[in-house]
Amino acid sequence: MRIEARNLSFSVRGKTLLQDVSLAVQPGETLALVGPNGSGKSTLMRLLSGLAKPSHGEVLLEDQPLARLTRREIAQRIAIVEQQADTAERITAQSVVELGRTPWLSALKPWSSEDTQLVDKALHTVEMEGFARREWATLSGGERQRLHIARALAQRPGLLLLDEPTNHLDIHHQLSILNCIRNLQVTTVVALHDLNQALTCDRVAVLSHGRLVACGAPSQALAPETVSEIFGIQARWVQDAEGAGPFLSFQLA
Amino acid sequence: MSAAAVLAWQGIRGACLALPVLAAAVLAGAMIGETSLAPDLVLSVLANKLAGAGLPVDPVDQGIIWSYRLPRALVAAACGAALAVAGVVLQALLRNALADPYILGISAGASTGAVAVTIAGLGGGALSLSFGAFNGALLAFGFVAILARAAGAGGNRAAAAQIVLAGIAGSQLFNALTAFIIAKSANADQARGIMFWLMGNLSGVRWPDVWLAVPLALAGWMICRFHARALDAFTFGSDSAASLGIPVRRVQVVLIFATALMTAVMVSIVGSIGFVGLVIPHAARFLVGPGHRRLMPAAALTGAVFLIAADIVSRIIIPGQVLPIGVVTALIGAPSFAVILVRGQRTAR
Repeated sequence: MRIEARNLSFSVRGKTLLQDVSLAVQPGETLALVGPNGSGKSTLMRLLSGLAKPSHGEVLLEDQPLARLTRREIAQRIAIVEQQADTAERITAQSVVELGRTPWLSALKPWSSEDTQLVDKALHTVEMEGFARREWATLSGGERQRLHIARALAQRPGLLLLDEPTNHLDIHHQLSILNCIRNLQVTTVVALHDLNQALTCDRVAVLSHGRLVACGAPSQALAPETVSEIFGIQARWVQDAEGAGPFLSFQLA
Repeated sequence: MSAAAVLAWQGIRGACLALPVLAAAVLAGAMIGETSLAPDLVLSVLANKLAGAGLPVDPVDQGIIWSYRLPRALVAAACGAALAVAGVVLQALLRNALADPYILGISAGASTGAVAVTIAGLGGGALSLSFGAFNGALLAFGFVAILARAAGAGGNRAAAAQIVLAGIAGSQLFNALTAFIIAKSANADQARGIMFWLMGNLSGVRWPDVWLAVPLALAGWMICRFHARALDAFTFGSDSAASLGIPVRRVQVVLIFATALMTAVMVSIVGSIGFVGLVIPHAARFLVGPGHRRLMPAAALTGAVFLIAADIVSRIIIPGQVLPIGVVTALIGAPSFAVILVRGQRTAR
């Protein structure tokens, strides 16, 4: 599903969090969103998902203004995993994933075996089948994060927005989640802190102080000069002795 | 089976489970009291009144059962169910285990509105007590919501403490207003009567109250039950609900309006009864889990049975005297509240 941001700006209480950001994500593509803390990644995610309304500009989903769709229509197309979504309810892992079916259910279309299948499949994708009956409070941060991703997958979206999905995850689950995301036949925008992980995505968009400063192929958008300037460090390419692609190495400037 | 058939089947199955329990509780409410009456006597009265069976029954007993105890038990059931459902809804919407119509000041506002109409004569007799109570309830909830927002409670989890604090401020303010109106305008007899009413009292309940309370509780319950899946979607907050396709603002407005209406009308009939809306949802959650499709009927049934039981206790615990039902619910509710507080603290760590 194609999504396009046109001249997006967002201000809250006179403070500009995002200014004049334009970008387009093509169907099936995985776009990484990188930038320092407070550069506007989460804000851009919220605008793309329709959770917040832009002060200026518009978001187009399949060339249709997002503002014209109802919340339910948006939820049938876009799933978002935000940071730090927590609950005090004694809800089971399975029920969390079942929430993802909400936009597809109604009084006249109750839960069916197809919904159960989609939930099982989503749990399998994030390797959480064995945890289905566990209560939320007993799960680790990484397990909770994987459930949120499974919930988003159960939504069967055409566009998946993930805000730092690898936070709290150990390296095995970081890699397996990223691998899973790349293999999905779904357009994905993923905010990442690990620039080397961003390198493995189709394209990378770099945000700084609410502005889009680079967007393109990973090796170009994440050129060491750009990264060094934006993060206030020194970055350089390092060649892997085993012959895999180059990766970024950092030190304080 | 078609979707509609599944729905109908679920409804029938639920009713088959709930109605016998409810009927037994109402029967007990009609039997137990200062004079104990046998169940077959109660059934005879019902047969006489509903089917014109013409069975021989002592007219005094018939009067006690038909005019006093039955409406009382039915209103207690409606009131308990409505308050419990209001508690479930508020706890889910505000994501706060301590939310209920009483703690959030809605009951206090309803009392103020009722007193303003009946004692202070607001509206010059053209307004009903229920109307006053309803507006008072909405006013109080508006006050609490604005105060909580001003205190920095956005959609996040810090809002939990803020909204309860705002509710306490609101309750205090509206209770003070109620006391002020009573002190200024009521004579001694009125003041004593109104104080008794404020603590929750089913003594004055007659059939017209049943025709108001029962349909309203049923309608309120159906609105809330219809939104069960939407309430589930609030598990991770209102943003998460929105991303799952819930029209958050509309759901909030509809449900808060429904809970305020239910609370206001119940308060206008029986006074403000605390702790039902707080404790019953937790008890029901303990029984059937947090999913609202099961929680909503379970809470309504538990609340109905609980309040009938509390009413029975209030009538028989001191021989020859009726205790305000609010005293009974608070005596059970306050310790339960403490348990919730302590357990909530533990899970938060």
